[in-house]
Amino acid sequence: MPSRNPPTSRIELLQGTLDFIVLQALRWGPCHGYGIVQLIRSQSRNVLQVETGSLYPALQRLVRQRAISTEWGVSDNNRRVRMYRLTAKGRARLTAERSKWEQLSEAIASLMLPPAADGEGTP
Amino acid sequence: MSLLEWLPWIRERKTNELADELAAHLEMAEADRVARGESPREAAANARREFGNAGLVQEISRDEWGSGAMGAERLAQDVRFALRLLRKAPGFASVAILTIALGIGATTAIYSVIDATLLHPLPYPHAEALVRIEDDLVGLGARDVGMSTPEWRDLERSGVFESVSPFWFDNNNLTGLAHPQRVKLLIAAPTYFTVLGVKPQRGAGFDPLDRTPGFNEQAVISDGLWKSAFGGDPNILGRIVQLDSDSYRIVGVMPAGFHAPARIGDERATEVWPAFGFAGAPLSEASVQARSPLFEGAIARVKPGLTIAEAQSRIDALVQALRRQFPGDYPPQSDWRVRLVPLKDSVVGDVRQPLLFLFGAVALVLLIGCANVANLLLARASTRGREMAVRLALGGAPSRLMRQLLTESVVLSVVGGVIGVAILLATKGSFVRLVPESVPRLHAISINWGVLGFAFAASLAAGAVFGLAPALHVRGLDVIRVLKLEGRGSTSSKEQKRTRHLLVVAEFALSLVLMTAGGLLARSFWEMVNAPLGFNPRNVTMVRTRLPYPNEPGEDLYPDVAAEARFVREVIRRSRALPGVEGVAIGSGAAVPLDHPQQDQPVLRVRLEGDASHGEQPLFVTGSEVTPEYFHVLGMTLVRGRLLDEFDIDSSPPVAVINESMARTYWPNQDALGKRLKLSRRATAWTTIVGIVADARTESLEAASTPHLFASLYQQQGKHLAIFLRGRLETGAIARAERDEVQAVNSALPVFGAQTLDETISASLAIRRFSMKLIAMFAVTALFLAALGIYGVMSCMVSEHAHEFGLRIALGARPADVMSMVMRQAVRLVAVGAAVGLVGAVLVSRGMAGLLVGVRFTDPVSFGAATALLTLVALAGCYLPARRAIRVDPMVALHG
Repeated sequence: MPSRNPPTSRIELLQGTLDFIVLQALRWGPCHGYGIVQLIRSQSRNVLQVETGSLYPALQRLVRQRAISTEWGVSDNNRRVRMYRLTAKGRARLTAERSKWEQLSEAIASLMLPPAADGEGTP
Repeated sequence: MSLLEWLPWIRERKTNELADELAAHLEMAEADRVARGESPREAAANARREFGNAGLVQEISRDEWGSGAMGAERLAQDVRFALRLLRKAPGFASVAILTIALGIGATTAIYSVIDATLLHPLPYPHAEALVRIEDDLVGLGARDVGMSTPEWRDLERSGVFESVSPFWFDNNNLTGLAHPQRVKLLIAAPTYFTVLGVKPQRGAGFDPLDRTPGFNEQAVISDGLWKSAFGGDPNILGRIVQLDSDSYRIVGVMPAGFHAPARIGDERATEVWPAFGFAGAPLSEASVQARSPLFEGAIARVKPGLTIAEAQSRIDALVQALRRQFPGDYPPQSDWRVRLVPLKDSVVGDVRQPLLFLFGAVALVLLIGCANVANLLLARASTRGREMAVRLALGGAPSRLMRQLLTESVVLSVVGGVIGVAILLATKGSFVRLVPESVPRLHAISINWGVLGFAFAASLAAGAVFGLAPALHVRGLDVIRVLKLEGRGSTSSKEQKRTRHLLVVAEFALSLVLMTAGGLLARSFWEMVNAPLGFNPRNVTMVRTRLPYPNEPGEDLYPDVAAEARFVREVIRRSRALPGVEGVAIGSGAAVPLDHPQQDQPVLRVRLEGDASHGEQPLFVTGSEVTPEYFHVLGMTLVRGRLLDEFDIDSSPPVAVINESMARTYWPNQDALGKRLKLSRRATAWTTIVGIVADARTESLEAASTPHLFASLYQQQGKHLAIFLRGRLETGAIARAERDEVQAVNSALPVFGAQTLDETISASLAIRRFSMKLIAMFAVTALFLAALGIYGVMSCMVSEHAHEFGLRIALGARPADVMSMVMRQAVRLVAVGAAVGLVGAVLVSRGMAGLLVGVRFTDPVSFGAATALLTLVALAGCYLPARRAIRVDPMVALHG
């Protein structure tokens, strides 16, 4: 495997989460692979670093699941690149995953918060 | 994604696109870094570092491409990998492939014979509705005794059949061509070809509605005769030919490849079919009216919608009614029955058991081969244990590894199968020649798509069978243990060793089964070949001729015994003068030992004088007509009374010589000499028994004694004649000389069938010899494979324990101790294998009891010899590894 010594602040992502984040990143419009990496990094304020070794399999997977579609486009430096676009199916999935994510993060947040007054029973 | 995705070129394009996409990613990253102020070199290096291993990224991304695509890709990958591995281990690969090639080649060869004979329907339209009708006298133990004209008409009227066509097989002399020629003749009703549903290639054939009594003088000929005797004459139709001086008009030529459906090879090779009404001249009115067998039998087509079983039950009812109506003709004690035999069974019935038996044997060889290859694979698997363990440790899925191992086995097997079939195709000619000519539908043996499909399926199955053990082994692989073993070559686990021992035991047991079966057949064959014949075939050569039997009595040159006797005496006188001839005798066709084509039906229906117990019913004994010299020329011994002599002629009282078996059977506790009997139902004169000769195996090698009666050829006519010549003669030369002599007496007579009696006997054993040869070949192969198998396992054992042996030797163990350690293990395997094998052998040999003659299926000699031989060979196979064990150099073993 490639050496991966990301800054300590960066977080490795679980697979299911990665698919969700990729879909989320494509919400704003079609984008190529490199663009998706940059987008996720900048939007997560440099916390989330997506490895190419995870991104491309995820893209292939999402294409196979018909959550995104591909087309050929041109990059800023005038190179032919493959662009990924959210499909209707992908959009539906994104909505579903987002509500799941919200529930999960709420649950985790409440676990992390200092216990409420009646929390003595918790081991 | 569509299925098309896994077409190779589409995949390749997708792969290129992915590579292109990743390259673009890298370029953009680099460009960004440069834009952020990094130097181009730094930017390139950093971008690449951040990107990671491009190849790996590409590979795992591709992993996401649908499973169908994946499956095909992996399969192709596995196959490529397997082929590469095989190339890298040529020794292993060639042994394994050769084993499988032999197994598949041999199995396919036998299958091709079964395919042609047993599996394919007879080549007639709706052949499943065709039956051969056989009449049995169950009470007298007589089968297929023939049929009478009234019975034929009853069957026609029964409403069960579309049509019933009686026939009888005969030989005729075809004259009017350059040489008189013997032709095989099937006298058939005009409905014959309609029943079979085959039309001539030329001409209209017979009119099925033709009810002409007697011969209507029309004949259909075979394609073979048309080409050989008439040079493929395009104007053949309407041509008049002379058969036994009767004229026939040719009204049809059958297509090439048309064969009469018959059990006997000669009959299948019928060349002329004259149409006959089975009533009217030349038959006497009495013989047509009588309900006693007149012709050989009949073929019939069952009405559509009726199964053969339903037809049979309706015929059974008819038979019961007829028995009530004609109690004199069908007395209860003879128990007359009419049996409908599916035509195909009647043609191939004789070879079914031997063929299926051979197929079982060859399948066993293939199975033993599989066990062997499985063992080789396991041995290899243990040396490849590290490879597997490393792959598992790195996250290889066990299912993927198993699939790969199975693919390797199947590739091995298919390569072996292809080579096996290639060998078979190359040697097909000699293989088919090996099959005795008496096997029906021999000409139809071909390596067709069905046979190839069988070979392919057998290869796949074999690969799966022997690939299973090593593949399953991956699951039980203890990764940690294997990796801890460091550099040591072998990594067999306990479980794996057990599997290999099990395989050797199985191999040993199967080989023992096969060898015992082979031993039993060989013993049985030996018994038959060495059974006292009761006659001496050495230095006896035989040629045949046949006197014409014209339908027009006025045309018959040999109308009575006296006329035929003149001919016979003249031929004997002339033959005696031939150089090298020491003795000459002439007999009817039935007098030829061990060769009785149907038309020579040697069965006599005799009635004994003063025999109350059998009533009016005839007894069935085999009989022949011979000249007095016969007993001397064939070396038969007189036991009591006298032999036939020159004074037993048509004007003197009829006499006969019988064999001991007949005397014993019909006059138990009495003196048969002087007893009288009638030789046929219509005979008027009593025949007196004047002599008893020792039993001889003239009817079949299998039966030591069959009741037989010899009448004088000077008192009883026999149209089919065999001339026996004793002396050191060369078959070809004597045949030519004899033809000149016979044709000097009558130029219209054909002379054919020259053969030594040794050849006749040998031909009668053809199917047995074929089975035995093949089984012997299979048994030797099995023996060799079993030895190889045990050798492989013991070698493995020795090299795995080299360390231990070294240690023991270093600590003072004597070579004999080490040797006995190894051999003890081998003996254990052999003993278990032998025990299992003997049980299997008893089961199998019981099934083949019908194939055995003169040997009981529990024959201790065969069982003992097979076990001893196999044990010996197996222990010899262990000896080499054992010797290696005692030569282990302790220094090397302990340092290694």
